[in-house]
Amino acid sequence: MVTLTINGKAHTVDAPPDMPLLWVLRDLLGLTGTKFGCGIAACGACTVHLDGQPTRSCVTPVGVAVGKRITTIEAIGATPAGKRVQQAWLDLEVVQCGYCQSGQIMSAAALVAKNANPSDADIDAAMSGNICRCGTYQRIRAAIKQAARAPSAVKAGG
Amino acid sequence: MDRVSRREFLIAGAAAGGGLLLGWRIDARPLSPVFAPNAFIRIGTDGRVTMIMGQVEMGQGMYTAMPMLLAEELEVGLDQVRLEHAPPDDKLYANPIFHFQATGGSTSVKGLYEPMRRAGATARTMLMAAAAKRWNVDPASCRAERGAVIHTPSHRRLSYGALAAAAAALPIPDNVVLKRPEDFKLIGTPAKRLDTPDKVNGRAQFGIDVRLPGMKIATVAASPVLGGTVAGLDAAKAMAIAGVRQIVKLDDVVAVVADHMWAAKQGLAALAIRWDDGPNAKVSTADVVRELDAASQQPGVVGRKEGDAAAAIAGATVKLDAVYQAPFLAHTTMEPINCTVHVRPDGCEVWTGSQVLARAQATAAQVTGLPLEKVVVHNHLLGGGFGRRLEVDYVTQAVRIAKQVDGPVKVVWSREEDVQHDVYRPYYYDRMAAGLDAHGKPIAWTHRLVGPSILARWAPPAFRNGLDGDALDGAVHLQYDIPAIQVEYVRHEEPVVNTGFWRGVGVTHNTFVIESFIDELALAAKADPFEYRRALLAKSPRARTVLELAAQQAGWGETLPAGRGRGIALMYSGWDTYVVQVAELSVSESGEVRVHRIVCAVDCGTVVNPDIVKAQIEGGVIFGIGGALWGEVTLKNGRVEQSNFHDVRVLRMNETPPIEVHLVRNLEPPGGIGEPGTAVTAPALANAIFAATGKRIRKLPLVSALKA
Repeated sequence: MVTLTINGKAHTVDAPPDMPLLWVLRDLLGLTGTKFGCGIAACGACTVHLDGQPTRSCVTPVGVAVGKRITTIEAIGATPAGKRVQQAWLDLEVVQCGYCQSGQIMSAAALVAKNANPSDADIDAAMSGNICRCGTYQRIRAAIKQAARAPSAVKAGG
Repeated sequence: MDRVSRREFLIAGAAAGGGLLLGWRIDARPLSPVFAPNAFIRIGTDGRVTMIMGQVEMGQGMYTAMPMLLAEELEVGLDQVRLEHAPPDDKLYANPIFHFQATGGSTSVKGLYEPMRRAGATARTMLMAAAAKRWNVDPASCRAERGAVIHTPSHRRLSYGALAAAAAALPIPDNVVLKRPEDFKLIGTPAKRLDTPDKVNGRAQFGIDVRLPGMKIATVAASPVLGGTVAGLDAAKAMAIAGVRQIVKLDDVVAVVADHMWAAKQGLAALAIRWDDGPNAKVSTADVVRELDAASQQPGVVGRKEGDAAAAIAGATVKLDAVYQAPFLAHTTMEPINCTVHVRPDGCEVWTGSQVLARAQATAAQVTGLPLEKVVVHNHLLGGGFGRRLEVDYVTQAVRIAKQVDGPVKVVWSREEDVQHDVYRPYYYDRMAAGLDAHGKPIAWTHRLVGPSILARWAPPAFRNGLDGDALDGAVHLQYDIPAIQVEYVRHEEPVVNTGFWRGVGVTHNTFVIESFIDELALAAKADPFEYRRALLAKSPRARTVLELAAQQAGWGETLPAGRGRGIALMYSGWDTYVVQVAELSVSESGEVRVHRIVCAVDCGTVVNPDIVKAQIEGGVIFGIGGALWGEVTLKNGRVEQSNFHDVRVLRMNETPPIEVHLVRNLEPPGGIGEPGTAVTAPALANAIFAATGKRIRKLPLVSALKA
C-alpha cells in the first residue's frame, strides 16, 4: 500500500513501489486525463507535476512520488499558471485530436509558472519532449507566450 | 439523403440516446419525446437540440464543421447544441463518397456540405410549418432564429422545444430551400471548436480511457513477422506476477490479461514467447525494392492518356528519366491502438475509436458469430487517425481475445506493438520520363507508378479495370499543360507487411514524385522553378492563382541568407483542393535539415471554418515534414526494425518552423483539407534541398538520402 497526495487529496492504493505512476493514476485511480503515449519518456503525453516539476509519469515509479505533491491535468486549472495556459489554449484554438494536450499543458504550465517571459529557446527547451502528431506546435508556442504575458501567471506557480 | 420513415428514426434516435455523449454537455436528464426528422438532428420537447455525429472527430474538426453546417440551416447557435457520437450504421451515416460509414480521405466536408445543410433545413422547415399551423399564418411570414420560430408581423415566438411534438407529426418535405451564401451566419466564420473545452482539462474520453465495472486490462504481442505463429511460451512465469489473471494464446497473438497495464506489460515480457516466423522470416526491405523494380519494367494499366507520350519523348530534344521511391511509413497516432470488448453469450459490446464504425461492428459480429444487431459499438474521440483507424484489425483482434475472457477487457497495444504491427503506407516505386523541346518546354510526360492496391482490399468496388483511383490520385490530375501525357499503374502487392492509408496516401506519394520531377524539367530548361510551373498552368487558373499567391507571400526570388534554399511545390488531386507550398531550409554538413519557414497558399473552394482549415494545413505540414525528412519503416528478417519514438523520428517543437497559411476565398464547391498539407510538403522540401545543396533526392526519407 502506498499513500499519494494527488491534486490535494490523499489516496491509498495497493500498488508495488516500482509500478509507474502513470498506471496508478489511470488504471487504479481512474484519473484518465494523464495519457499513455510511449512508455519510455519519449513523447511527454504522460506528464504530471511532482512538487511543481514536470515529470514523465510513465517511467516514474510510484514509490518516488510518495511524499510529493502530485498534480495532474484534472487539477492544473486550479493553479494560476495552469488556468492561464488552459485559457490561452482555448483562445488560440491550439487543440486538434487532443490526446497529447494533457501533457503539453502540464509542460507548458510548469514553464509559465516560473518564467513570465519565455523566449523561443525557453519554449523549445521546455516543450520539445512533448510530441504532437496533429502538429499543433506553432499554436502551442503562441499560446504559451500569451499565457505567460498574463499578469498573475507567475506569482502562485504551478 | 436516403428517405427513412420517422418510425425508424425514432428508434435510431432512442438507441443513440443511450449512447455516449460528449462530456462538455453531459446531461443526465431522461430523453423527452423527440422530433427527429433525420439521423442527425434530435430536438426534445424540452428544447434540447442534439446533433448526431456520423463523421468521427480525430482532430480534423468534424465535431465543429458538421454542427456548423447543421446549425446554419437549422437556425440554432452552436452554444445551443450538444453532440452525440453516431452508432454504427452504414445506411444512415453513409459517407456520400465511399457509400458506407467512413471518415477519411479528406471527404467529410466535400461530401456532406450539402446533405448536412439539407438535414438542418428540413428540420427548420418542419418546425416553421408547425408554428405557422399553430398560429394559422403563412409560413412565409415566419422566420427562425436561435432555436425559435418567430411570426415576423406579430412578434409571436415559439421555441423549437414547444414545436417539436407538432413538427414530428408533419410529413417530411421532399424539397427544402437552402440559405444563400450571403445569408450565412456560421459558414465561413472561425467558430470555436466544440470539442476543445474538455480536451484541456483531461475530461475528454478517448477509447483508451474507457473504464467499466470488472474490466481487465490486456496487452498483446502479435507475431513480429507477418504470417508467423506462436511456437511456445512460459505461461507460469507470467502468471506468477501479481495482478496477472489470464494468458490468452491464439495462433498469431498472445494477450496477457491483468488488473492493470503494468502487470500486463510485465507478464508479457515474462512469457518469453517463441515464434515460428513462417514464410516471411528472411524478408528485408531490399527484397521488396527488388521486386518493385522488376514490376516497374512492365507496362501498367493506363490511367490517363493524351497523345503518344512515348513517341514524343523519343523525338524530343532533351530527354529525362528518373526513378523515385517512397518507403513504408508508420502512423504512430498519439493514442496507442486499443479496443475494449465485452463478449457475453447473447451479445457483444465494443468501446473504441474508429474511422469505420460499421466495420468495427461487422467484424465483432463475425468473430463472435452473433447477429449484427447484438453487437453494440460505442465510438469515442480518436487520439489521431491519419488512416490507421480506417482499419479494424485491432477490433478483430480484441474481440478474438475477449471471447476467451470472462467480463470486459481493454486491449491496449504498447507503442512498440503499434510501430511493428501497423498497417503501413505502402512502399511505392515510380518511373518517370519526359521530353522537352528546344525551348525547354515539356512536350511529353510519362509516369508509371508501382505499388499495392489498398482499394482492392479496402473497398473492392472502387478497384475497377485494374486501376486504383487512390494510388493514382494526383498523378492523373497533373495540372501542367503538356501535349502528351501517359500515366500507368502497375499493381504490385507487398505481402510482407500490411499496407493501408496514411494521410494522403496516393496523393502524398504522387505529389512528391510529380513536383520533384517538374523541378528536374525546369532545371533542364534552365528555368526558374516558379516561372516554369506558372507558364504551364495557363489552362488551370485556380492552380496558377494559388501558385502566384504562395510565391508572392514567400518572397520568391528574393535573396536568401547563404546556405539556404527555397523550394516550391503544387498539389492538386481528387480532393479538389489546390495547395502550393514554398519551403525555406538549410542543410548542415552532417546532412541534418533545418526548415526555417513554410508558406502555403490554399484554394479549397468554399470554406466552412477558416481557422480549422488553417489548422489542418499547419498540422498536415508538420506531419509531412517529419515524414519526409525521417519517416521510414524498414524490414530485416521479416521484422520491422523501428519500435518507438526514439527511432521513429517525428517533428518536435524545436524543429518546427513558422508556417503561414494564406487562403483564397471563393464559392467553388468545398474540397478536402485534412491531407493536402501533408501531400504538398515532401516535394517542397526536396526542391529546397536541391536549391540549397545541388542534390536531387529521389528516394525518401530525405535525410537518409542526404547522409548516404
